[in-house]
Amino acid sequence: MDLAFTPEEIAFREEARRFFHSEIPQAIRDKVAEGEGLTRDDMITSQRILNARGWATPNWPVQWGGQDWSPVQVYMYQDEMQQANVPPPIGFNVTMVGPVIAQFGNEQQKQYFLPKTANADIFWCQGFSEPGSGSDLASLRTRAEHKGDKYVINGQKIWTTLAQYADWIFCLVRTDLAAKKQEGISFILVDMKTPGITVRPIVTIDGGREVNEVFFDNVEVPDENLIGQENKGWDYAKFLLGNERTGIARVGASKAKVARIKELASMERVGDRPLIDDPRFREKLAAVEVELKALEMTQLRVVADERQREKGKQNPASSILKLKGSVIQQQLTELLMDVVGPYVLPYQRDFDGRNEPVIGPDYATEAAPMYFNYRKVSIYGGSNEIQRNIVAKAILGL
Amino acid sequence: MDFDLTDEQRLLKDSVDRLIADQYQFEQRKKYIAEPDGWSQAVWQQYAEIGLLGLPFAEAHGGFGGGPVETMIVMEAFGRGLVLEPYFATVILGGGLLRRAGTPTQQQALLPQVAQGKLKLAFAHVERQSRYDLADVATTARQDGAVWVLDGAKSVVLHGDCADRLLVTARVSGDRRDRMGIGLFMVDPAAAGVSRRGYPTQDGLRAAEVALSDVRVPQDDTLDDSGGALPAIEHVVDEAIAALCAEAVGAMQEMHETTLEYLKTRQQFGRPIGQFQVLQHRSVDMLVALEQARSMAMFAAVTAAEQNATERRRAIAAAKVQIGRSGRHIGQEAIQLHGGIGMTMEYKVGHHFKRMTMIDKLFGDADAHLETLARLGGLFGKAQAA
Repeated sequence: MDLAFTPEEIAFREEARRFFHSEIPQAIRDKVAEGEGLTRDDMITSQRILNARGWATPNWPVQWGGQDWSPVQVYMYQDEMQQANVPPPIGFNVTMVGPVIAQFGNEQQKQYFLPKTANADIFWCQGFSEPGSGSDLASLRTRAEHKGDKYVINGQKIWTTLAQYADWIFCLVRTDLAAKKQEGISFILVDMKTPGITVRPIVTIDGGREVNEVFFDNVEVPDENLIGQENKGWDYAKFLLGNERTGIARVGASKAKVARIKELASMERVGDRPLIDDPRFREKLAAVEVELKALEMTQLRVVADERQREKGKQNPASSILKLKGSVIQQQLTELLMDVVGPYVLPYQRDFDGRNEPVIGPDYATEAAPMYFNYRKVSIYGGSNEIQRNIVAKAILGL
Repeated sequence: MDFDLTDEQRLLKDSVDRLIADQYQFEQRKKYIAEPDGWSQAVWQQYAEIGLLGLPFAEAHGGFGGGPVETMIVMEAFGRGLVLEPYFATVILGGGLLRRAGTPTQQQALLPQVAQGKLKLAFAHVERQSRYDLADVATTARQDGAVWVLDGAKSVVLHGDCADRLLVTARVSGDRRDRMGIGLFMVDPAAAGVSRRGYPTQDGLRAAEVALSDVRVPQDDTLDDSGGALPAIEHVVDEAIAALCAEAVGAMQEMHETTLEYLKTRQQFGRPIGQFQVLQHRSVDMLVALEQARSMAMFAAVTAAEQNATERRRAIAAAKVQIGRSGRHIGQEAIQLHGGIGMTMEYKVGHHFKRMTMIDKLFGDADAHLETLARLGGLFGKAQAA
C-alpha cells in the first residue's frame, strides 16, 4: 500500500496543471470559480484549446483522438482540470454521444461527426428525459416512424440542458410500439435546425436558464442519422450511461471550492476576527473536508483497482462516488452562503445578464443561485435514490 | 500509487483471518470472557506463535519489523472477531511507547518478552480531569536521589488489571497542562504504593483504575525523565488511533454484512424484508459509510509513520472523525434494521455496536478530533500549500 505516484505520473500532473493554468483564459476560469454561467463561446473556446492539444477527448478510442492514458493519468487530468476551474469538455459531446458514435456508428458517421464533436464545431444536447419518463426512462414515448428514407418524429423531451446552445440533439425515440418497452427504442441524431423543432426554456429556481423543453412536431430526419440498429437504442443508452467514471465524484472541483471558501472566509469578518477563525464555522467546514478526503481516497482506490480490472467491470466503491460526491458538492454551496452572510439576499440576475454594478462583494452574487442550482446534482444522471436502487441490487444483492 | 498488499502482508492477512475464523466464533468468545482474566491465555499464546505480538518490533528485538499497514491488517481482523486479549494495550500502546520513548537497554530487555507473550503492558495515562488532552497530566514525579517518586491516580487504564508493567505518565516539571514537563515511567504493579482495581468495560474488555502513592521507580525503569516525552507519546497515540480505525472498520464490516444477511433471510409480510426499498436504501447508506471509513483507515495507516507531527495529526484526526461518524451510523442502523433481535445480548451485532461506541471514546472522540482538525486549518486549500 503506497500513496506515492511515480515520477512520470507526477510530471504528468505538473504538465496538466501548467497547461490548464497557462492556456485556458483566466476570465473563463474565474467564472467557473465563482459559479457564474458560461456562455456558449466560453465553452467552445475552452474546448478548442483542449482539443488542439488532444486533451478534449482523452476517453475516446485513440484513432479518433483519444489518449492511451492510464487510470492514474485520467484521474490527474480530471483532478487538475477541476482544481484549476477549467470548464470540463462539453459532456454531451465528449462523454456521451462521442463514445456512442465511435462504438456503434458507421464509418460515414464517425468520419463526419467525431472531429466536429471533438472540436465543438457541433454543440450537442441530450434528448432522453420526457415529462412522463424521468427515472423510468425506458417508458419514453417520443415516436419516430420510419417512412421511406426518413424518420418522422413527434413528441417532447424535457430537462434538455443547453438546448438553446445546441446544433444537434441525440435522442432516444420509440420506433416499435409493440415491443417490450426497452426493445422498441432507437438512438437517432437530429439537426436542431430541422423544421418542426421548438425549444422552450425552463427557468430553474436559481433564475438560471440551463434546461429546456424540446418539442418535435413532424420532424423529418434522414434515416442515415440512425445510430446502429433500429430498436437497439436502449443498449447504446446503457453504454453511454455506463461511461460515467470516477470524474463523477468531482473531488477536484470540491477541493477548489474548499480553497475558495477558506479564502473568502479569511476576508469576511465576524466581530473582531475573520470568519475562518470562528470555531463553529471552521468545524462545519472541517467536517465536510473529512468526507471529501475520504471520498478522494475512495476515488484513488477505484483508480488503482481499475488498472487490474477488465474494462466495464466496476469496483463496488465506485458506486458510492456519485452518492457521496453529490452531497459534498451541495454541502459546500451551503457553506459558501454561510460565508457571504446577508449579501446572499440581493437577486442580481435576469435573463439578459446581471444587474450592474453588483450589490455587495463580487463573490456574493452567485452564492445563493449556486446553492439553489446545486440541488440538481443529486437529481440528474440518475437520482441518488435510483443510485441506491442500483447499489442495493448490483452490489448488495438485495 | 496502489492499495495492494505485498505477498508477506497477504500471508499475514490469511493467517490472522484464519485464526479469527477458527478461534473467535461468537460462542467461543463468550467462553473467553468467562475465563479468569476475561480473555484467553491460549489464544494469546497463539498470537505469539504466529508472530503477532512482535509484529511492529524490529527484528533485533524479536519482532518482524512490521509497519502501520501490518498493524491495520491485524486490527481489522480483530475488529471482526471482537478480540478480547490485551493486544492493543500491550503491543500497540505499550510496545509503541517502548519503541519510541524507551532506552535501547529497555527495548533490548523488554520487547522480546512482549513478542513471546511473556510480558503484558498497559498505558496508564488518563486522569479524572484530562479527558482527551494528552498534555494534561497532574500525576507528579519528584526526584529522590537516583529514584523518581510518583503520586497520583490514573483512570480507565486499558487492560491495566492484567498488565505486568504499567507505563505511567507523570509530571516532572511545569503546570498541569504544559506540553513540557511530562515524563514516562515503568511501574511494577506489585511495587509498594500501587493499587489497582480492575473492571469490565462496556464492550466486554477490561480496564483498571490505578492509584500511585509514593511509588519509587528505579532508574532502570525510567523511560524518559527529561520532561520532553510528549511528542513521542503523541506519535504512539497517533499510531494507536490508526490501529483503532482499522479495528473499527473490521467491526463495521461485520455489522454491515450481518445486517445484509439478516435482510435477506428475515421474512415478514410473506417476503424477505430486504425487498423493501426503505431498508435497501438504508443498507446502501451503511455501505457508503463503511467505504468512507475504510478509505480513511487506509489514509491513517499510510500517514501514521509520518514524522511531521502536524501533517500526521491532521490525517489521524480526520480519520478518527470519519470512523466515529461512520461507526455510529452503521452501528445504530445495524441495530434498527435487525429490530428486536439486535437488542439482545445473545446476538453478536450488539456487541460490535458496543465496541464501536467505545472506540469513539478512546483517544479523542469525533468532536474532539474535529476541533483539532479545524484548529490546524483542515485538509485542503491553504492547509495543502504543497
